[in-house]
Amino acid sequence: MSDSNKMTIIATKGTFDWAFPPFIIASTGIAMNKEVSIFFTFYGLNLLLKDISKLKVTPIGNPSMPMKMPFGPKWLQNIDFGPKIPNFIWNIPFADTMVTYLMKKTMHKHGIAKLEDLRAMCQEFEVKFIACDMTVDLFGYNKEDFIDGIEFAGAASYFDEAASGNHHLYM
Amino acid sequence: MANEILDASGLNCPLPILKTKKTLSKMDAGKILDVISTDSGSVKDIEAFCNQTGNKLISTVEESGKYIFTIEKV
Repeated sequence: MSDSNKMTIIATKGTFDWAFPPFIIASTGIAMNKEVSIFFTFYGLNLLLKDISKLKVTPIGNPSMPMKMPFGPKWLQNIDFGPKIPNFIWNIPFADTMVTYLMKKTMHKHGIAKLEDLRAMCQEFEVKFIACDMTVDLFGYNKEDFIDGIEFAGAASYFDEAASGNHHLYM
Repeated sequence: MANEILDASGLNCPLPILKTKKTLSKMDAGKILDVISTDSGSVKDIEAFCNQTGNKLISTVEESGKYIFTIEKV
């Protein structure tokens, strides 16, 4: 029988924007009295690195990204530059750095938690972090590159985690 | 009257819920917590939180863009 209080998440994406959903859902899951495990695989491993301040969001190939200025006069802030700028423009150097900076500013303005704080909150709430051992080897990371308090394991361990729950998300 | 007041003004999802959880975990059963939030999403979310955790939502009051939730800890 499965324990309805347990949930698992498979986190596969390593960009700044997609780093948020696993940590938001996991921390909220704990608040809702669930037991939560996250299995980080492929690019998702980035979310467990000691230094996540370098994660970036890219507008390249992302035509659905709204682009509004987080500062300046009201009329300027109301313009959505996303659909107005041809996507190939974003191949210019430092576009990711600039867009990531603007997204962080916008998030701060809206009272959204910092990524580092959300991750720390997950750890404080005892969300179980499992790093995919195979991907660590594949991408040439060392175990010292990652934060403390995580487990290194493989796909079979994910099934072991998932067996006792009934709420599983792939992100 | 509330035993504790949590001011989560200016914070966005999921912070009001996470802070509510943390504050409640330090309180004794039967005590009352007032949560102040400016996040309109927290109206549904605090209700859902109470549904899932068994804590009792006594009242929700809206006052000029602020929401005040009164919760009794189980």
